[in-house]
Amino acid sequence: MADTQRPLSPHLQIYRKQVQMMTSITHRATGIALAVGSLLVVCGLIHLATGEESFNHFRGVLGSPLGMILMLGWSWSLFYHLCNGIRHLLQDAGLGYSIPQFVRSSWLSVIGSIVLTVVVWAYVLMAGGAA
Amino acid sequence: MSAKDVAVKDRRNPLKTARGLGSAQSGVEHWWTQRVTAVALVLLGLWFVVTVLCLLHADYATARATVAKPWNALLLIAFVLTMFWHAVLGLQVVIEDYVHTRWKEVVLMVAIRFLAVLGALAGVLAVLRIALTP
Repeated sequence: MADTQRPLSPHLQIYRKQVQMMTSITHRATGIALAVGSLLVVCGLIHLATGEESFNHFRGVLGSPLGMILMLGWSWSLFYHLCNGIRHLLQDAGLGYSIPQFVRSSWLSVIGSIVLTVVVWAYVLMAGGAA
Repeated sequence: MSAKDVAVKDRRNPLKTARGLGSAQSGVEHWWTQRVTAVALVLLGLWFVVTVLCLLHADYATARATVAKPWNALLLIAFVLTMFWHAVLGLQVVIEDYVHTRWKEVVLMVAIRFLAVLGALAGVLAVLRIALTP
């Protein structure tokens, strides 16, 4: 990607994997996924504005097996970016900067996002599946 | 005491410090806007998820009527605008960090802005169509 002749700094594979590193990378990755997901939100609104047939078609696509897998991924991305985003906001305020706290809050983001995703999908399944 | 005796620690023009724009000439505006939109999205995002879950088994008329309610339409427009704004700020950082070929960087920067503005306008227009059509 770089068209530079300068020497480059050591890349990812040089470092030992740590949870803080993974949460940071995942925050970016889920952010990119959610940026794509934002187009889906707009797509849904347009279908809702267009008419019943159009909206039901949109729902059908979301309710298909592939649609459900994508929705599972997007919902986890949203909850992860939410939990880890709140963690970053607290860190911006100067909280939790010691290394043990950093590691603990990293795990908290991961576990929190999984719990929220499970709760939402348990609700969806108990309510009789999507769409 | 001559000027020579005063230890000069900061040779910057005081005006530069007062403006606070730094070497990139944009100061901390990007950083702050990203945080403020993030806080807004914590609230709007949770509201959006709850609203969508409540409409899980609603028929078309109910879904449309829900979006058409003034408060829901207002919050939905706020959500769409903030979401695209935050997305552009975030994607900008990713592009700046990983795309080191200048022309590709500029093309991507412009492309995500075009796409985000189109997406935001389309989303707002859709909500307005639903809210204002009886």
